[in-house]
Amino acid sequence: MAFRLKLVPEKTNLDFFKHQKLTFGFSVAMVLASLVLVFTMGLNLGIDFRGGTTIRTESDLAINVADYRQAIAPLALGDVAITEVYDPNFRADQHVATVRIQAQDGQEAISPETQSKVLAALQTVNKDVKITSTESIGPKVSGELVWTAVWSVLAAVAAILIYVWLRFEWQFSIGAVAALIHDVTVTIGIFSLFQLKFDLSIIAALLTILGYSINDTVVVFDRLRENLVKYKKMPLRDVMNISVNETLSRTVMTSGTTLLALIALLVLGGDVIRNFVFAMTWGVIVGTYSSVFVAKNIVLFIGLNRNKEKKDPSEKFFDKTDVATD
Amino acid sequence: MLQISLWKRVLILAVVLAGIIYAAPNAFYNRVEGHNDALTAQTKNGAMTPEEQQAKSAWPDWLPSDLVNLGLDLRGGAQLLAQVNVADVYKSRVDSLWPEFRKALAADRATLGAIRRVQAEPGVLRIRIGNADQMQKAIAVAQTLNTPVTSLTGVGQMTYAITSQGDQLVIQLSDAEKASTDDRTVQQSLEIVRRRIDAAGTREPSIVREGADRILIQVPGLKSAQELKELIGTTAKLTFNSVISTTSNPNEAVGAGEEILPSSDQKGLYYVLDTSPVVTGEDLTDARPDTDQNGYPAVAFRFNVSAARTFGDYTQANIGKPFAIVLDNKVISAPVIQSHIAGGSGIITGRFTVKEATDLALLLRAGALPASMTFLEERTIGPELGADSIKAGKLAAAVGAVLVVVFMIASYGMFGFFASIALGINIALIFAIMSVIGGTLTLPGIAGIVLTMGTAVDANVLVFERIREELRIAKKPARAIELGYERAMSAIIDANVTTFLTALILFVLGAGPVRGFAVTFLIGIVTSVFTAIWVTRLFISFWFARKRPKELIL
Repeated sequence: MAFRLKLVPEKTNLDFFKHQKLTFGFSVAMVLASLVLVFTMGLNLGIDFRGGTTIRTESDLAINVADYRQAIAPLALGDVAITEVYDPNFRADQHVATVRIQAQDGQEAISPETQSKVLAALQTVNKDVKITSTESIGPKVSGELVWTAVWSVLAAVAAILIYVWLRFEWQFSIGAVAALIHDVTVTIGIFSLFQLKFDLSIIAALLTILGYSINDTVVVFDRLRENLVKYKKMPLRDVMNISVNETLSRTVMTSGTTLLALIALLVLGGDVIRNFVFAMTWGVIVGTYSSVFVAKNIVLFIGLNRNKEKKDPSEKFFDKTDVATD
Repeated sequence: MLQISLWKRVLILAVVLAGIIYAAPNAFYNRVEGHNDALTAQTKNGAMTPEEQQAKSAWPDWLPSDLVNLGLDLRGGAQLLAQVNVADVYKSRVDSLWPEFRKALAADRATLGAIRRVQAEPGVLRIRIGNADQMQKAIAVAQTLNTPVTSLTGVGQMTYAITSQGDQLVIQLSDAEKASTDDRTVQQSLEIVRRRIDAAGTREPSIVREGADRILIQVPGLKSAQELKELIGTTAKLTFNSVISTTSNPNEAVGAGEEILPSSDQKGLYYVLDTSPVVTGEDLTDARPDTDQNGYPAVAFRFNVSAARTFGDYTQANIGKPFAIVLDNKVISAPVIQSHIAGGSGIITGRFTVKEATDLALLLRAGALPASMTFLEERTIGPELGADSIKAGKLAAAVGAVLVVVFMIASYGMFGFFASIALGINIALIFAIMSVIGGTLTLPGIAGIVLTMGTAVDANVLVFERIREELRIAKKPARAIELGYERAMSAIIDANVTTFLTALILFVLGAGPVRGFAVTFLIGIVTSVFTAIWVTRLFISFWFARKRPKELIL
């Protein structure tokens, strides 16, 4: 026998509904906690969504955030947030900070005068400080971006709802969408909890999570549909258990490879996209969990009308003989 | 059986080969870039320097030389999102109407009475008619100057909306005319921005229209958005106006059709000018840096034929009076007309430095922006930060790939190895497609590729797991492989269609770097389905035909 890494034993017979109340309750609690967090603590919105300017500075000398703040204070730019950035890729003498300035009254993008004033102020603290990047977004664009973000997430959810409904049963699409809402809410929740910067790239990450999570859910549903035909008399709950067990090895493998790639990116990909990658990594974990513990529970909860089983529509969509027998 | 028909085998291998060939230039990025630059220089200058000759020969001509564009976040550069203030044009359009309407209405002075232009909001021309009861007649006269809109959407509509209000005739652009003007204004602004940036000689700028009235400008290699703004931001709107008087009070009351503008070099000096210019910068055919009679930097200019005549007539009629040269709403000089200036050429003096004179000449030559611009968004990324990002992205991608490959081989042995080769081909295909369509790789785009590496093996995992199941219920290897592919297919299709849908929405609604992520992710989904289903299948079929294993361990 050749060696094979098997994270999941060949035959599993786990009862995924055994602790149904606990797992489902946990999910509901997480969603509620996330909502509470978002409404109480709010989100640390990036300039994409509230306008303003982010300036990234670099210096060979160690950065003292308090000194920076003091140097900028006399400029009276309103709300200024300064954070030092750490990354394992940085050289020993590479010290990076970001300065975030609120949108200034009466101007859309940052004026060059403001930018050079900030640079001059920082140079009084660290003489060699230089600006490596500037991003400035006016209130007009940021207002539009908020709506674009909301629309894109809603549109993605709606598209998935319709597709799953067409390919499976409506109960499946409710289950899938419930899982998606769970994933998105919990991801937003963790961004609120740790007050991580929430900007447009996080919306991209959310949509990727949607794609990933629905991928996982659909694989389980696909097997469920197959097994519903195979085991006509078996209770729905048991058919679901069989389906999840049969696809468990695949679920773990795919999550494994995806997480390996994402963790490499999280550690080594640099601080510029760290939040983005963090959202995706977290989303993959939550998405895998929700496919196994949320989506099908909803379907079970709603119940299926099993007398008029839909035929596997893939027969119509896809010429199977073409795949295997040529 | 496991056989794949010959034509399919050939097709699959051809696609794979094409993918590798078209992706190849990206592996030698600097070399190919040098080659391409040398070719551009050749077509532009007609010849190549020895260095360019050398750069050109570093990459063979017969190989594809399309490269993936690097986004600003990787290459460094400046980006601006500008909004064209289209309403500016209404004002200058309407201002220029006054002489025409005055002439037409004055011809009927006998019935209409005295005609006077009165103060009005920008973009509106108000004319007071002496005999208000003759308003119908006035409107009829004004309507004779009205013409149908020349645009596709505004068919049947007139250019001006002419109405009356009390004793005033109110003339403004009709909505249809405004719409077609807006379109032209943005298009024209875009062209002028492009010319100005091209004139500055930066490489591969991207200037695209975004939405109805916005222009997105990306210029790699610029150190700050400030530089870019200086390049395009100055409107360089040049006009020659009659001077009515000078004053030191910027708030002095002026008559209708007059405006107060400051002097550019003398503080506290203001000029009262006629708002309708005699000639404008748009009538220039040439402008170049020069020196005046005292040896100071100046800008020499030449008008086109019709403007030269207008200017000639004007100077002849106004000898001894001052006229103003107005640049961007500042009077840069107001010389007194000494003699009739025929021929339509002259120089502008105004205490310029050599650089200012050179820049001004360049701006005048490129033409004035028809409207002012507001910058809604700006980004600058230093080249060092971009280089750091590429380095980090490459490292993360390499480590991610190794981890995935090790995991796949440890889990599926030989089949895992096949899936890993397919993964490599998948990445090559992504780069090939990106190069051919001229896609842009951004930092999130690299993240998209790394994520694709993780998810691309999913289709293979689905198949392999299915084969395992079939083997378990005592199917023969060949049959198990066949069934594995067949039965996993519906899950693969469903899973990838749903993922594709979300990526598509991301592409349609996303902007900038996020769109870069969506592009790589979309292409990655398509190529991963291809490689996972066809390429690994081909490998397995070759392998199976050679080995003919009685027993399959997976």
